[in-house]
Amino acid sequence: MPLKGNIRDFSATQLFNLVNLSRRTGTLTVFEGIPTGEKDAMGGEKMKAGKERARVVFKNGKLVHAALADQDNGLVAVLEKAGKLTAEQAKRIRERAKQTNDKALAMLLINANYATKEDIVASIRQHLLDVVYNVMAWTDGPFVFEDGTLPGNDHILVPIDLENVIIEGARRIREAEQLVEHIPNLDMALKFPDNPREKFKGVHLSVEEWRVVSFVNPKNTIRQIAKANNMSEMEIRRVVYGLEQAGLVEIVKPPGMENKAKTSARSRRAAAPPVQKKVVSKLIDKIKSL
Amino acid sequence: MQTVKMVITGPFSSGKTEFIRSISEIEVVSTERDISSAAEAEVKEATTVAMDFGRITVDDDLVLYLFGTPGQRRFDFMWEILAEGMLGFVVMVDSSKPETFREAKSILETFRAYAPTPYVVAANKQDHPDAWSPDDLRIALRIEEGVKLLPCVAKEKESVKNVLLELLYSILEEMEG
Repeated sequence: MPLKGNIRDFSATQLFNLVNLSRRTGTLTVFEGIPTGEKDAMGGEKMKAGKERARVVFKNGKLVHAALADQDNGLVAVLEKAGKLTAEQAKRIRERAKQTNDKALAMLLINANYATKEDIVASIRQHLLDVVYNVMAWTDGPFVFEDGTLPGNDHILVPIDLENVIIEGARRIREAEQLVEHIPNLDMALKFPDNPREKFKGVHLSVEEWRVVSFVNPKNTIRQIAKANNMSEMEIRRVVYGLEQAGLVEIVKPPGMENKAKTSARSRRAAAPPVQKKVVSKLIDKIKSL
Repeated sequence: MQTVKMVITGPFSSGKTEFIRSISEIEVVSTERDISSAAEAEVKEATTVAMDFGRITVDDDLVLYLFGTPGQRRFDFMWEILAEGMLGFVVMVDSSKPETFREAKSILETFRAYAPTPYVVAANKQDHPDAWSPDDLRIALRIEEGVKLLPCVAKEKESVKNVLLELLYSILEEMEG
């Protein structure tokens, strides 16, 4: 069953995180949104899928292919953009190899010494990242994720770990409002998720991220970590956002805050009355018998 | 007579009223009104403004009350009142409407702050063709592994029974722990 939604409600970053954590294989397609004139459950404008804007393909939780609908995603264009082919070379190759797919073309270019295998892989890799960072900046558009769908054999698939893509994509999200909305309270603390060693394996963090990671402890508030690292509120929010989206840290209440909440008048009033175990057992028996 | 209370909460149109209706022994005392906002009217015709109320009588000495919260934010002053003294709570999520996931998570956090009682998350409308699977919902809503996230079809009594039983098992486990 495909996952459907709108990246306005469930962002591309969150989708990549979902794909990464569940090690999915499939294709994410993002469309232009066409207003239907109706409202969705939250009162937002309901959109139906229009023209395709982008297609991003994953294999076992890794990014392997990405293309924007309004640009040439073919190998020649990718190599030209990366500076591996001149405009003249690109034009000539396009004329000669009109019917040749990317895989076959790559072999021809390597054999003719136009490019090395490493050049091709690096150029495609950069192209995929450019597309994906572009998609991650979009704030609206219907999407469909279809499990199991992969492009044809004629495409060159370059696997890229999503953790680093998510971190870098999040780094590029500059809008202060989004960051403040996500982390409104800097008096929260950070903790590592379960199996931190597994999560950090192969992840490349920036200097700023390492500085924050070194202070991760449920006793340290985000504000304290920022102060210790001489970071502004926006800088710390940006770093924490990236780390959290990549699943490397979790935002939690510091111990003091939890205690305060537990002893607040509100919690005392809302606390459950003392109920005996036998009462719960009776309820279980009753519901089973319904 | 002892009465115990459970709260069924969740965003607008997540299926709270239907959930209670499926299991309550009495006709649900509902405070549904015609929807005033045009946007919401497109989703459903009536909504709960104060609360839904259902009852399950266990025996002469024990009654379980089910309270459904109003889903719309403008009635959230009712939430804390309804949460008072609850034994546990169920967060209903419409699995087919990703636009409501953020709101569901926010409601979950609000109720967790009201009282440290056990809760479960019901991934409702699993019979809908666009429903996200419980596994995907767990990631989307960032629900911790230890919290039960259960598939649910609120209009089916067996499904509702399963959700309530799992909540009761969690309550029992906490008592024993």
